Amino acid sequence: MSKRFNRRSRSAVISVAAVSVLVAGAALTGCGRQRDSSVYTVLNSSTDETYHRWDAQAMARCGERLGVTVEQQSVPAAQVMTKALRMASSKSLPDIVQFDASEMPTFAEAGGLIDLRTLGLGTEDVPRGIVNFGSYRGTYYGAARSVNTLALFYNKDILRQAGLKVPATWAELRETAKKLTRGKRYGLALSAGGAEDGVFQFTPFMWSNGGDETRLDGPEVVQALDYWKSLLRDGSLSKSTVGWTQADVNDQFMAGNAAMMINGPWQVETLNTKKSLHWGIARIPVPKAGDPSVGPLGGAVLTVPNTGDERRERMAGKIVACLSSEREQLTYALNSWMVPANEKAAAVWRERVPELDALADQVAAARSRTAKLGAGWPQVSLALQSAFQAALTGQSSQAALQRAQQRATSGN
Amino acid sequence: MTTSTVTASGAVPEAGAPVPGRLRRRLARWGFVAPAVLFMLLFFGYPLVRNVVMSFQHYTPETFFTGEAPLNGFDNWSTVFQDDVFGKALWHTLVFTAGSLLGQFCIGLALAVFFTRKFPLNGVLRSLILLPWLVPMVVSGIVWRRILDQDTGVLNSFLDTLGLGGHTPWLTDPHMALLSVILVNIWIGIPFNMVILYGGLQEVPRELYEAAALDGASAWRTFRSITLPVLRPVITVVLVLGFMSTVKILDLILALTDGGPADATQTLGTLTYQNSFVRLDFGAGAVVGNVLILISAVFAVFYLRANRTEGK
Repeated sequence: MSKRFNRRSRSAVISVAAVSVLVAGAALTGCGRQRDSSVYTVLNSSTDETYHRWDAQAMARCGERLGVTVEQQSVPAAQVMTKALRMASSKSLPDIVQFDASEMPTFAEAGGLIDLRTLGLGTEDVPRGIVNFGSYRGTYYGAARSVNTLALFYNKDILRQAGLKVPATWAELRETAKKLTRGKRYGLALSAGGAEDGVFQFTPFMWSNGGDETRLDGPEVVQALDYWKSLLRDGSLSKSTVGWTQADVNDQFMAGNAAMMINGPWQVETLNTKKSLHWGIARIPVPKAGDPSVGPLGGAVLTVPNTGDERRERMAGKIVACLSSEREQLTYALNSWMVPANEKAAAVWRERVPELDALADQVAAARSRTAKLGAGWPQVSLALQSAFQAALTGQSSQAALQRAQQRATSGN
Repeated sequence: MTTSTVTASGAVPEAGAPVPGRLRRRLARWGFVAPAVLFMLLFFGYPLVRNVVMSFQHYTPETFFTGEAPLNGFDNWSTVFQDDVFGKALWHTLVFTAGSLLGQFCIGLALAVFFTRKFPLNGVLRSLILLPWLVPMVVSGIVWRRILDQDTGVLNSFLDTLGLGGHTPWLTDPHMALLSVILVNIWIGIPFNMVILYGGLQEVPRELYEAAALDGASAWRTFRSITLPVLRPVITVVLVLGFMSTVKILDLILALTDGGPADATQTLGTLTYQNSFVRLDFGAGAVVGNVLILISAVFAVFYLRANRTEGK
């Protein structure tokens, strides 16, 4: 009995020891991962098969040109920031991180990024707006390959049958949407979902009306929200608008449940899969004829995180320069239907895709969400989401936005 | 199970046992406990302490680079408690948990009792009812979001065909959304409740029912005086496990409503997520997380006490 018992206790001790060794070993190997000197990694959010493939091809071309291997590690867009932060704390940052431009300031403010100009990246052919888009507090941290914004997509057949022209002002949009609403079909679809999608869609209405994210309770913002409310009251927008993401909006438009929609060029690939759908694209209507249509600038930027290894950082800079070169930008933009950041590339792109001309105009006047607030944007965005959702489901715009302004400023 | 082995061998007469033997035995006893203790410390103790400490720190993205998170007293706590969304989230969490448990349990119990009868296809039906449990939470969430869509959802079309309106704003009306989310969660939780309770019902001795039948007890009386009391330990387990998984709900709500519309379905789980991973204010996120832990802890104490009285 006691002999068997001893044997058992020994095996228990051995197993405890074995587990400890395994845990410690795993922890140590995690810390001391040796980097292969000719392999460079890019952390991005290209989880879609198409984007992953396009990126892989671009990276292969650049890698060949520079004599290195460039690999990508793709995680869902919402996880890029947290993943990068975790990598920073374990000192295992990749050589290049592709951030959504609205997230870049947060990482830059934490001291995690290298000034791209010190790595030899030029900005000669990049419009000022897009340089600012990739900058934080005057330092150029992120090179955009392409940018996007929102525009008004419309179903050509439905508009033609109704004998209506494409709306250009708020009044026209309201009128047209009302007339196009029939049976199960709504005149307009947009996303007012409780996430960044909804805020992205609200900004063109807020900004074109002269509103500003630093003063959410300003009369211009209240008017813009009241305008959204009026569309909902008319029945031109579905009540489900508050639950829709931009992808949902696209589904509704493609299914014929909406005659027009506010959306971005990243949907074009999906839209084109439905051959019977004839869509057109126009600038987002403005409050009064002649007002500038200011949309939000969206898209990702390539950044070089601060890893402390200067040699690798220099090479990473070269890779970013190659990936954002005129030629690569054009290829990427033609694949993804987004607008090249580089002026020369954009000019060629306009000739190649004339149907998206309106989008290129909208991009030229577009504004970055973080230009004024930088790392303070997420706080304002959350407050704004909850405000327009409250207003669209019954509260007064004024009250909802006043509360949002309080929330936005209290947390800072 | 290892501990029972130890006590069993401890019962061997020790009168003549030499001292080193006893020492060795004691060491061995600890050796058996050690893996569990080590595991608990590493995977429960450390994160728990870390979370409490974090709630008193100014923990931002910068911390990941510098490793420095200066203590800031109760700053995070006061920020969180002053935010009126916190109060709402707390209330929603309680309503969500209570509503879900009530619905899941009652329907689960009814189905469990139903399946104790013998009828054709009993086994097949019982396994079919397990399906919602097998589907990942996020998948259920996304599918239900489509089903509950106000204009194009299957549920409203169905109600429309029956002439019952069919324009219910399930997820888009702030007054409806929480109820809808609870209903979906009840649907998800029924199989779990049913399976465990069904298992418990198999343990109820047949003789008791026979005796009751001889005494002329009604069906309801039999259920109340025999089934429920015998089932009590199982019921406690079902409710406690249900509570633990419901109070921390996150994935389902993110998939269904993202906490909206207008914070109508914001719970402590989603608020922690928002604070930590959207606003990247990890200190504030930790505060909400701690509140959640506290609620669970209070419940755990009740559970342990209930168990102890039962043991006596």
